[in-house]
This record gives sequence, structure tokens and C-alpha cells, in this order.
Amino acid sequence: MEKHSGYMQALRCRECGREYPLTATHVCEFDFGPLEVVYDYNRIKKSLTREVIQSRPKSMWRYRELLPVANGPTIGLEVGFTPLIKADRLAKRLGVREVWIKNDAVNYPTLSFKDRVVSVALSRARELGFDTVACASTGNLANSVAANAAAAGLKAYVFIPTDLESGKIINSLIYGANVIGIKGHYDEVNRLCAEIAGKFDWAFVNVNMRPYYAEGSKSMGYEIVEQLNWKVPKHTVVCMASGSLLTKIHKSYQEFIQLGLAPGTDYKIHGAQATGCSPISTAQKAGLDFFKPVKPDTIAKSLAIGTPADGFYALKVMKDTGGAAEDVSDDELRESIRLLAETEGIFAETAGGVTVGVARKLIASGAIPEEDSLVLCITGNGLKTLDAVSGHVGQPREIRPSLREFEALVAAEARPIKA
Amino acid sequence: MAKTVRIPTPLRKLTNNEEVVQVNAGTIGEAIAELQSRYPGIRERLVDDKGDVRRFVNVYVNEEDIRFLKNQQTPLQDGDEISIIPAIAGG
Repeated sequence: MEKHSGYMQALRCRECGREYPLTATHVCEFDFGPLEVVYDYNRIKKSLTREVIQSRPKSMWRYRELLPVANGPTIGLEVGFTPLIKADRLAKRLGVREVWIKNDAVNYPTLSFKDRVVSVALSRARELGFDTVACASTGNLANSVAANAAAAGLKAYVFIPTDLESGKIINSLIYGANVIGIKGHYDEVNRLCAEIAGKFDWAFVNVNMRPYYAEGSKSMGYEIVEQLNWKVPKHTVVCMASGSLLTKIHKSYQEFIQLGLAPGTDYKIHGAQATGCSPISTAQKAGLDFFKPVKPDTIAKSLAIGTPADGFYALKVMKDTGGAAEDVSDDELRESIRLLAETEGIFAETAGGVTVGVARKLIASGAIPEEDSLVLCITGNGLKTLDAVSGHVGQPREIRPSLREFEALVAAEARPIKA
Repeated sequence: MAKTVRIPTPLRKLTNNEEVVQVNAGTIGEAIAELQSRYPGIRERLVDDKGDVRRFVNVYVNEEDIRFLKNQQTPLQDGDEISIIPAIAGG
């Protein structure tokens, strides 16, 4: 490469190690293995210290040397550095010493962790000269691509299954993006997009831009470590759709340890899925290092990927770190959305209910010991999946604007119920 | 009538940039063998040393993943469309 490429050196196949130039390409020509960005860690180590990081604005870009853009970010400069909340009331209910919530339900600008990956993918797409961006999405990614492309003046095409939650569809349309509904589930949207990406010269964030895009997820892990005062947490529970986020949280911890930004320590990464789409957790529980694709059937639509592209690597991360996996039913995840809301005042989307529900199971089974501390990665906002809980959270009690009626209501509810 | 195979971008160097190729094979396994006879080298891109379809290669017959059918034994009818697609990240 003639051009300046920042701290990146090449793209490398995760399967066979063949290297490729830093272009918009995502699979190895030889074995279709995913390509990953290779960095010059020796140079990064010289310039990236805790002091340097702390001197920068509170966004994901304070770790910019470890993110794959050559000339610094141009899109999504304010993304990230979401709150890490010490969740004592939830910890008590789960029966564990300490729980932290990494709350990407309030990520900027579209209320999910996808703003992290999109900020990287669009900044890199612009560096590579694209004027149109696109994605295949279960909803959150579409929202983020649509919003960030609008703010950057890029054209956007987003492809989604037609049966998504209405909140997620409107949240893409509002930004003026071209929203294409596909009559099929996400795996079918994905397959079509792979074919479209081969024909159109667009930056498809999770197809040809995937090596860059996926790296954006690492910033969630860097922030967790920094916010825990530069310590890698003993347990992290991450929801799994393609499995990419889980592998990148692991990579972020590894990089911080390798760069001396956090002390080396044992940690476990645990994976969470919905029972109605659980190819990875099913394989993990059976002790397999490969998964069987499934046809998704769950209200956790953001996790409904039956053929998870990073499933093999997610299984390896759980195996290597000693982590476990579990899955929860639609009823259990709904209940867990309420538990998180009622104990911590955080309204997570369905994926967050999966993460909390699985944490509860892993604590109950002893996979996470009760004397330990854990971080829950909450990836999206409940306001986008209202359909999933509507009808399960009760109704407002209606009265006329009369003090007497209100007093009667309070008195009626205070009356002890006879057995 | 034959069956149509859509060749993905990473493999088109082997097919002289042909995007669509016709085969007469009766199963997916035979289709891979037929492609190999015409485009030497293509087989090892699709299957591993053990003869299994590589783990990051997804093969579809009329939009259905062959892992939900009969893998390489999946029978082919005239007019069927076969797609070969790399696995894609989440969204």
C-alpha cells in the first residue's frame, strides 16, 4: 500500500494466515475464511499509554490507535464511553457479590452498541472513497447506518427482514435511508446481501467492510477495563448473534494486557443466546467446537441469526477462557428485561433480557460463583422493542381527574387480600 | 435444462470472471466435481482435506442452505439455482 495506513499493516485470513492489502474485502480467496486487521502493536505500545487515553475526549475514539482507520475518525466522533453502572440491587436479586452493567442502551446516536462498529466502518469507507454505504441488519445496525450516513452525507441502503419490530423499522426510515424489507429471516437477508455486494460498488458495512466494522466492538471492552480502573473483569456475559461481539470483547482484553494497559489476569467470557435461536450455546453445552445452523424462532430478533459467522470463534473463546454458555426462553428473557428495569432503572431491548437471564442461570448453576464480580454487556434499548414486552407489563389504572377517585384507588389497593 | 451455479467474487478468477455457470450434475457433490473438471483448483476452495464443505463456505440450492437439506448428497433438479456464499457477520 502506497497510502498511509495508520497503525494497520494488512488484512489476514483467520483460517490460513494469507495476507491481503487494506481494501474493502472480507474473505480469503483461498478458503473463504474471514479477514482480520493486523496492527503494528510495537508502534502502538510506544504511543498509547493510560495517560494519553485519559487526556482524550470521552468517546470510543480515545483508543483510536487500536481501531482500523488510517487518518482518524470522521464519522461518529461522539460514539461510546457509555456508563458502567454498579448494579447492587440487581446483584442482590441475582445472588452474586458484584454486578456491573455496561450500558450501551444509551450509546450515541442510535441507542445500541452498533454505533461503535458503524462509526469505524463509515470512517474507513470514506477513507476508501465510497459514497454509498449499506448493511444487512436485524434492526439496530440498520438504525445506526441510516443515522450516521445521514449525518455524514452518505447514501445508505439498509436491508432488513420484513417482520422486524416497528420501532426498528421507523428508526431506519426517519433518516431518509433506502430501507429494503426482505421477505425472509436474517440469514436470507445476509445471503442476498452477499450477492448484492458482489455486484454493486458499495461499502457494505458487514460484508466487504467487515474486517474494519467488527473491530469497532473492541471499544466496548476497552471502556469496561478503563472504567474498572484498568482491570479486566473476572466474568463478562455477552449476548451472541453472529458471535462477533463476544470474540471482540475477548480481543480487547487481550490487547490491553499485551500492551501493558491492564495487568494480566484470568477471566472468563460467557455467551448468551435465546433458546429459539441457540446454535452457539447448544454447541457449547454439548462440548462441540462446531455448531449446527438453525432456523430462528424467538422474540429476540436482534439475536436471530441461525448461521452465526463467528460461531466457531465464539466457541473457541469460551473454551479458551473457561467460559460457559446458556440460553433462555422468550418468557424468561421478558422477565429479565423487567428485572433489570425494576432493579436498576435500565430498559434494555430483548437481547439485554437474554444477557441478564443467562447470567441468572449461570450464577444459579455455579458457572459464575456467588462471591465473584461480573460485567453484563447491555447492547440495545428497550424503547426499540416495545412489541416484545407490550401486554406483559400491565396497564395503567385509569381514573377521572378527581382526588376522591385517587384516594379510593389507593384505599382499595391497600386493603389486605383475604385468603 | 441444466442447473445454474452463481460464482461468488472470490472464486471468479478461477472461472475466467464468469458469474454464472451451468452444470448437469445430479447432486451438489457431483456439481463440485463438475466445476473442478472445468475450472481446476475450484474444489479445494470449497471443500477441505476430508472432503467436507469448508466451514466458512455456505452452499444454497434455491435459497435453502444445504445443511438443512442433504449436504453434498442434496439432489439437483433441472432449473435449480445454486449459490456459493461466504459466511457474513451479524447485524
